[in-house]
Amino acid sequence: MDVKDAKISVKDIRKSFASGQASLPVVDGVSLSVADGEFVAIVGPSGCGKSTLIKIIAGFERADSGSISIDGAQRNGPSPKGIVISQHGSVFPWLTVQQNLMFGLNGNGHGDKAALADHYTDMVGLKGFEKSYPHELSGGMLKRVELARALVVKPEILYMDEPFSALDALMNLRMRTELMRILSEERHTVLLITHDVEEALFMADRILVLSPRPATIQATFEVPFAHPRKLSSPAVQQMKEQILGELGVS
Amino acid sequence: MKKLKDILAPLTVLVASIACWWVIVLQTESVIFPTPLQVVTGTMELVADGTLWDHIGASLFRVGTGFLSATLVAVPMGLWMGRVEGAYRTLNPIFQILRPISPIAWIPLAILWFGVGNVSPIFLIFIASVFPMIVQTAAGVHTIEKRYLRAADNFGVSRYTLFRQVIIPAVLPEIIVGMRIGLGVAWLVVVAAEMIALRSGLGYLIMDSRNAGNRYDLVIASMVIIGVIGLLLDGTMRRLEGLKSIRWRYGR
Repeated sequence: MDVKDAKISVKDIRKSFASGQASLPVVDGVSLSVADGEFVAIVGPSGCGKSTLIKIIAGFERADSGSISIDGAQRNGPSPKGIVISQHGSVFPWLTVQQNLMFGLNGNGHGDKAALADHYTDMVGLKGFEKSYPHELSGGMLKRVELARALVVKPEILYMDEPFSALDALMNLRMRTELMRILSEERHTVLLITHDVEEALFMADRILVLSPRPATIQATFEVPFAHPRKLSSPAVQQMKEQILGELGVS
Repeated sequence: MKKLKDILAPLTVLVASIACWWVIVLQTESVIFPTPLQVVTGTMELVADGTLWDHIGASLFRVGTGFLSATLVAVPMGLWMGRVEGAYRTLNPIFQILRPISPIAWIPLAILWFGVGNVSPIFLIFIASVFPMIVQTAAGVHTIEKRYLRAADNFGVSRYTLFRQVIIPAVLPEIIVGMRIGLGVAWLVVVAAEMIALRSGLGYLIMDSRNAGNRYDLVIASMVIIGVIGLLLDGTMRRLEGLKSIRWRYGR
């Protein structure tokens, strides 16, 4: 892929954290690019620095060196162009579902904002819960609110940092399918961080495997299978074995 | 039925204490310490001539004025200190020194500066309630979870939206706790402050009753009234905690 066309282009970023006298390298020269509309998953062992990596790419932390550009322009900080969805979520507990969705919407017409918010509430299957407070909802429903709140501002990129790993196994599976359905309705570029190889295989167009800390890209897998994917099919299982092999657990 | 059960035990203790008090006063044949009945008749006397309401009104007015002005100062100050690291580092040590000084210790200065009118007790209430509210509010801002601030940052909202929809609602439960503490202290202090040379208020009523012919029935009546009003004030603040936009904190 030509770097010029890349939606996200990351060049040789490095990051160390100070630990006492020593400095602990966490990300050690990662370069990657994500095309417009592409779904890229980054898998790696826990504690390998993948969370740090996505925070840097999303603009919440600075790399010690290297550069990140979005649409060819240098990225300086977080922006509504790319919304982060993280493991523990950040739906505001003091706002109703509708107020949460309207939070990121600037502009004037209040009526339009509410209508837009309700449209997305409907899209994630929460019609009827517009006036509910988050503590009245289940974990899976909260995840939907967070997804809808991100989608309503029409971000070009979704940064997903272990988005479904705090959910129970069944809800985790359900949310994957749900996300694929939504992405088929609205095109987004997605960068997903996960430790769940099957989750990556179910959704991603391309999978990058990170090495243990300090993180470097160890292998890349193109995932050619058409959606909706069946994880039990032999070809998918074979790729899973290869990825697990890269992660050193097969 | 359950409600009745809940109040049965405390009610029993209360009735037993009053009975005990009554028996002891009768047994010792005290001429100066009143029986519960004398306290009730004393209270009725004050109700009948209307002075009780004047005293209660005066005390509540002082608490209200002092406490509200303290809230108006403390909440913005606490928010500012919570958000701006430099302000916190500069002001917090001073407030930490001032906070443990009993408001009673300020009485001489209050009289020196403001005389013995209404301003002195209002000032004392202000001093008493402003520091706990500042500290509580600033601490509340500090404990806002990073993920919420990150999300606000991510959506690129204006400072106004950040304050109105994130910071203020996130800190509101802490502010209410601070106000509860502040109002409790304010009520403690007004009674003490009124004992010094004023012509109205429940604190004045206590001292005046003793000085004007050892009316200990009125002393105890005032004490009971102070207790009941304190309880009602605290109950009002507790109700605030139950508001829907605040209950998120206790919802889980």
